Amino acid sequence: MSEAFIELRNIGKRFSGVHALDDVSLTINKGEIHCLAGENGSGKSTLIKVIAGVYQPDAGEILIDGKTVRHLTPIESVRHAIQVIYQDFSLFGNLTVAENLALNTALRAKRKTVNWRAVHALAREALDRLGVEIDLTAELETLPTSGKQLVAIARALMSDARLIIMDEPTTALTGKEVETLFRIVRDIQARGIAVLFVSHKMREMLDISERLTVIRNGRKVVEGPTSDFDEGAVIRHMTGQDIVAEPYRWSPPDGAAPAPRLEVRGLSRPGHYDDLSMTIGPGEIVGLSGLLGSGRTELALALFGMQPPAAGTILIDGRPVTLGSVRDAIDAGVAYVPEDRLSEGLFLTQSIKRNILVTSLDAMSRWTVLDLAQGDRMARETVAAMQIATPTPEKIAGELSGGNQQRVVLGRWLLTNAKVLILNGPTVGVDVGSKAEIHQKIRELALSRGLGVLMISDDVLELAQNCNRVVLMHRGRFVDEWDGDAASERVISETLKTLT
Amino acid sequence: MRFAVDFRSLINRDNNIAQLIVMTVVIFIVMAALSPDKFLRYYNFESITYIFPELGLLSIAMMIAMLTGGIDLSVVGIANLSGIMAGVFFHAVLKDAGVEGGVMVVGLGVVLALSVGAVAGALNGFLITRFRITPILATLGTGQVFVGLALVLTGGPAIVGFPETWAFIGNGKILGVAVPFVLFLLIAGLMTFVLSRTTLGVNLMLIGSNPRAAVFAGIQKSRMIFYSYMMTGVLASAAGIILSGRTNAAKSDYGTSYLLQAVLIAVLGGTNPAGGRGTVIGVGIAVVALMLLSSGFQILRFSNHLIDFIWGAFLLLVIALNAYKNRAR
Repeated sequence: MSEAFIELRNIGKRFSGVHALDDVSLTINKGEIHCLAGENGSGKSTLIKVIAGVYQPDAGEILIDGKTVRHLTPIESVRHAIQVIYQDFSLFGNLTVAENLALNTALRAKRKTVNWRAVHALAREALDRLGVEIDLTAELETLPTSGKQLVAIARALMSDARLIIMDEPTTALTGKEVETLFRIVRDIQARGIAVLFVSHKMREMLDISERLTVIRNGRKVVEGPTSDFDEGAVIRHMTGQDIVAEPYRWSPPDGAAPAPRLEVRGLSRPGHYDDLSMTIGPGEIVGLSGLLGSGRTELALALFGMQPPAAGTILIDGRPVTLGSVRDAIDAGVAYVPEDRLSEGLFLTQSIKRNILVTSLDAMSRWTVLDLAQGDRMARETVAAMQIATPTPEKIAGELSGGNQQRVVLGRWLLTNAKVLILNGPTVGVDVGSKAEIHQKIRELALSRGLGVLMISDDVLELAQNCNRVVLMHRGRFVDEWDGDAASERVISETLKTLT
Repeated sequence: MRFAVDFRSLINRDNNIAQLIVMTVVIFIVMAALSPDKFLRYYNFESITYIFPELGLLSIAMMIAMLTGGIDLSVVGIANLSGIMAGVFFHAVLKDAGVEGGVMVVGLGVVLALSVGAVAGALNGFLITRFRITPILATLGTGQVFVGLALVLTGGPAIVGFPETWAFIGNGKILGVAVPFVLFLLIAGLMTFVLSRTTLGVNLMLIGSNPRAAVFAGIQKSRMIFYSYMMTGVLASAAGIILSGRTNAAKSDYGTSYLLQAVLIAVLGGTNPAGGRGTVIGVGIAVVALMLLSSGFQILRFSNHLIDFIWGAFLLLVIALNAYKNRAR
């Protein structure tokens, strides 16, 4: 067995009383490709940040090259040749490729002036090591996601890294690009550099890695050679559930078919999406899958009145509507749970009550004077209906767990007479237990209120389990659709992989 | 038991208010101990009830601009311009047309002055929401414009000779209580209501707390921010009315030191300059605390320059403390 590069022993980390990591041990050997698997919110990111020195663990010890490292800071971590490539790549969008690549080296050499010739030479060398062709003078912002990622990898290699950590590297990549990435990762490994590959995508992990560690709810569940696992086993370890939840099925009601809750005809916005048509009936949960940048978020924003389409019709309950503003959309009966709960959904410093009532302030007021008693009642009812775990609606929203926060954001739409519910990443950063409960809540709402639900998610399993129909979007178009049992996780994932 | 728990949560929530009250009491005791014969005179407190309302209104105005994470550096300019416009109006109708300075005319003057505040605030709001100019720059610019307008209208020296009734607003007494103080209490009460009991007030808090989420929740962000600057302008002009009534004069550069003090009081009163938090009661207590301190300094014969220095240093200290507290949380 090869020698360990870094060893984490019994690491614990708490955030305001909650165990983010509890007694987690992880060993990464020199030059191995190691996979860290876990669902969103399982503690993967916290563990990465412990290795990167961003978080100091409360318990346990870290050994690098067999020696205990007492206080691992971000700089110490870099000195030990550990490089992390986060999902946002931490690159400078307004600088050129060459500048992005050479800046770190120049800074480390404490140079105050720029030698452009040297900058280009350094950058060229870095890209050559990867064996890829990228225009050095291009502004980074103009590159596709895969290009940015290559620049980030090249930059990590320039610093003679011994361990490169990649956080969810395939999220925004097409199937071809994933293949390229894997070729490069194996190439890196061949040079004796270890790679920690962090993901929640089953097949990729099984493809690329030699060893696998699964964590769940902040604890290590299992560790071993990848060849010991199959897909089902990994899912079981990740979710802790043996039985896969019962899939959501829907059939049009008997008799006269009601008008669809939402109908879109020929919706277009140049550069984002083109000629989209779909219908969602009352009680239907339709999944929308696609890579980042496929136009799925833009479609959602169009339906919510934030980025009106250039052409096409939107009908709600059979009536054409013009959604020129968020107000229009809410009045027409559209509800939207945004992609990023913290920056787009919640008012963290305000009470749960205000977070819930934000959409109903006009409804609960006369001549703009609020009826506080009515507001109190509405907030209490929503807290009860959404089963938000809090002693009082006056509690500050920032103090809630991710799952409860998402219930608050979802709950505010119970009060607006919504007909169409758009969910963008409904369970991102929510722990496994809450996740199932939120899914259950969404199903209930769809059925009891006859909502038409559009669920956008990166998590194919989530879509396969909770949607009666799944649509695949790519480069601004709907390219595939599966109904009922045909919408299985395997089929959707395979199709996603073939996208170019 | 239940009562005890509730009581504690009340203290915690209004932690800031409790701290402010303690601070005010400490200032009071220290000043009373240092110079009991002068500080504890009835006259001293009476004169405070005349002087603090104008600063108090400017501070509430500043707090409202800060609720959405903005600031209004033009409040003193608006206050002076409002007083001057009223003065110009009185000169025109009283001196030139020879009309008596009755309640009607003064009433019209008040309406005119408040309208100046509303228009000036609307200009700020327009620049900030439509052209997306940073509030600090937009109001710095408009503040200069208002001072310039005031200079053009007056030619430099103060406008004097306001009618008696106007002077009553700044100097009079109702049932033995200073009129400015009564006005301040009324307006403060009204603003408390607006901020906590109306859609506008709650919307402003939510916008200040997370502007992006406010848009996603369907709040008409630009319109609400526009209204908030109009409200700020009207409050500033109310301060201008009291100021010109008290001094029986209006000038383009009165009360320039009020600007920094209004920022200081707003922040001291628990307003988060980044937005989302602020109360009228907090600002009200902070202005009283500062006034006690200021009158104490004057009794102790501190020089005015030194007092300005102290306010500046105090502002930095308060902001640093708040930032530290927030980070600790």
